[in-house]
Amino acid sequence: MPEIRNFTLNFGPAHPAAHGVLRLVLEMDGEMIVRADPHIGLLHRGTEKLVESKPYNQSIGYMDRLDYVSMMCNEHSYVLAIEKLLGIDVPIRAQYIRVMFDEITRILNHLLWIAGHGLDVGAMTMFLYAFREREDLMDAYEAVSGARLHATYYRPGGVNRDLPASMPQYVKTKWRDDSEVKRQNANRQGSLLDFLEDFTERFPSKVDEYETLLTDNRIWKQRLVDIGIVSPERALQMGFTGPMLRGSGVEWDLRKKQPYEVYSQLDFDIPVGTNGDCYDRYLVRMAELRQSNRLIKQCIDWLRHHPGPVRSDNHKVTPPKRAEMKHDMEALIHHFKLMTEGYCLPVGEAYAAIEHPKGEFACYLISDGANKPYRLKIRAPGFAHLSGMNEMACGHMLSDVVAIIGSQDIVFGEVDR
Amino acid sequence: MSSKLEELQAYLNSHLEGKFTSSVLAWGELSLEIPVRSWLDVCNFLRHDEQTQFEQLSDLCGVDYSTYGQAEWDTQASSTGFSRAVPAQAPDLFDFDQVKAQATASETATTKRFAVVIHLLSLKHNRRIRLRTFCEDHTYPVVPSIVRIWSSANWYEREAFDLVGIMFNYHPDLRRILTDYGFIGHPLRKDFPLAGQVEMRYDPLQRRVIYEPVSIVTQPSVPRVIRQDQPSIASQESSR
Repeated sequence: MPEIRNFTLNFGPAHPAAHGVLRLVLEMDGEMIVRADPHIGLLHRGTEKLVESKPYNQSIGYMDRLDYVSMMCNEHSYVLAIEKLLGIDVPIRAQYIRVMFDEITRILNHLLWIAGHGLDVGAMTMFLYAFREREDLMDAYEAVSGARLHATYYRPGGVNRDLPASMPQYVKTKWRDDSEVKRQNANRQGSLLDFLEDFTERFPSKVDEYETLLTDNRIWKQRLVDIGIVSPERALQMGFTGPMLRGSGVEWDLRKKQPYEVYSQLDFDIPVGTNGDCYDRYLVRMAELRQSNRLIKQCIDWLRHHPGPVRSDNHKVTPPKRAEMKHDMEALIHHFKLMTEGYCLPVGEAYAAIEHPKGEFACYLISDGANKPYRLKIRAPGFAHLSGMNEMACGHMLSDVVAIIGSQDIVFGEVDR
Repeated sequence: MSSKLEELQAYLNSHLEGKFTSSVLAWGELSLEIPVRSWLDVCNFLRHDEQTQFEQLSDLCGVDYSTYGQAEWDTQASSTGFSRAVPAQAPDLFDFDQVKAQATASETATTKRFAVVIHLLSLKHNRRIRLRTFCEDHTYPVVPSIVRIWSSANWYEREAFDLVGIMFNYHPDLRRILTDYGFIGHPLRKDFPLAGQVEMRYDPLQRRVIYEPVSIVTQPSVPRVIRQDQPSIASQESSR
C-alpha cells in the first residue's frame, strides 16, 4: 500500500487571490488545510527605517503608501502622534475635514474590499460596480489634494488647504461629445461639498444594489457562511481589531470608545456581527458603508455653515501664507526653517491609534528632541489579522482560504511596511 | 481619561510593588518600566487581574536606544546669536565605516541598548498602558516571550527579532518575518546603514542573481538636530 503523506502547496506570491504578494505555504491533507504558514515581507520597503532619516513632515507621504487603499487614514494616525507630542490645537474646521475624509477613505477601502472579495469568491460584477463609485470619491481626493491616491493632505496642525470651491470639469475629446460631457459634468457644477452631497444622496441606493446581488445570494452564502469562525475571546487574543473584531460580536470602535477629532459630536452606530464568520464580517462592512455615508452627510452640513481656518497658525509647525512672506521677515524665516530643518519635537513618546477601515492603526513615536523621529513603530491592523490566518484556515478547504484572505481585508502595503 | 490612568497607576503601585522601576504618566499615557526578570509576572498580572484586565496586546516593538539623544549637527546659542554649526560627535548614519566604529564603541558602553515596548489595551476598562523592558546584555539581548499570555505576540516578537535582533525565550517559532530569506543583519538597529549592506542584481556572465556590497551613496538631505534652546512649541501655543 502506498504511503499517504501530507501535501505542501505554495499559494502565491503571484496568485491573483493572494491580494498582492502573500506567499502562503499550505500543508494539505487531501483538500483540507492542516497548517497555513504565511510568508510575508515581499513588499517590505523599510518605512520605519526611512522615517528615521527625514524630518517629520517629509514622511507624511510614506504613510499613504502603507495601506495604499486607505491613504488618508494612515496619515491621520501619524499626524495625530506628532500633534500629541507637540501639544498643538487643530482648528475645528480641519477636524471636520479630517473626519469627512476619513469616512470617504473608509468607503473607498470597503468598496475595494468588496470588489476584490467578490472577484475572489466569484461575483465578478461587484468589481465593476464598486469601481464605479470609487471613481467619484477618488475625484474628491484629487480635487482636494491633487492626487487620486497618495494624497499627503493631512499636516500636523490641520490639513494642507481648504476644500476647493469648484470641481474640475470633463472636456470634449474625440471620444466624448458635447452631450456626454454635459452628462458627466452635471454634478460638478458646484463646490466639492455639493459634489459629495450628490454622492451621499445616491450612495445608499448603490449599497442596496450590492446587497441585492450578494446578501441573499445562494452561492455567496455557501462560500462565506460558517467559514473562518473566530470566537470573541480568540479575536481579542489574536489582536484582531476593526471589522474583524466586530464581526465576532465585540462592540469596540475607537471612534466611539476613545473618540478623536470630532467623532464624539457626530451621530453614528457601530454594526456588530454574531457568529464571527466571513459572512458576518461581510455584513458588518456593508453596514459600515452606510454609517460612513451618514457621517459624511453630517460633516458636509457642518462644513457648509462654518468657514474658518484649516491650519494652525503656529508657524513653527505650519508654513505661513505666501503673501505674508512677501513683506514679513519673520514669516520668511519660519518658512525657511520649516522647509529645511523642520521642527523639533519635545522628548517623549506617543501612541496615537485611530479606527482605520481595517482596524486599529496606530503610530508609536519615540522622540529624543530631534527634528526626526528616533523610532516610529507602525501598528498595522492587517499584520495581526494575517497572523491569525493559521488558526482561521485550519480544517477548511483550499477554496475557503481565498474567502478568508478576502474577509481579512489584507493589503500588503501595511502588513509589510 | 487621565484620571482613570491615575487610578490605575495607584493600583499598580500598591499591587506590583517592586516589580517595576518607574511609572510615568505623560501625554495622557501611562508607561511602566519593568526589569526583565519580572516581565512575565507583570504581564500575567495585567492580563488576568480583575482591575486591570488588559485583554489585548495592541503592539509590540523592539527599540535600539544606542544613539538616543545624539545630534548630527551642533550649534550653540548665545545672547548674541547662534554660533557656526559644526558636525556633532554622533556618527554619520550614512557612512558605514563610521557607523561600525560607533557600534564597536557602544559594545563597551554600559548603558542599556535594546528595549522591548508593548502596548496593551483593556476593552473592559477602556484604557491603555505601555510597558518597557531593557535587555540586560546588549551583545545577546534576551527577553522571555509573552506568546502564552497573548497569542498576537507571536508575529510581533518575530518582527522584533527580525528587525532589531532581540531574542525571545520560549518563543514557539522564532524565524525572520519581514526581511528576505537568508538576510544578514537587523535593519532597525542604529548601526545598520540606511541603504543596507548588500544589493542584488542579475549577473549575465555567471547567469545568476548575485549579491554585492552596495554601490549607491546616500547623502542626508537634512542633518539630525536637537534644539534645546528652542522654547517648546506647545508653551508658545498656550501663551498666545
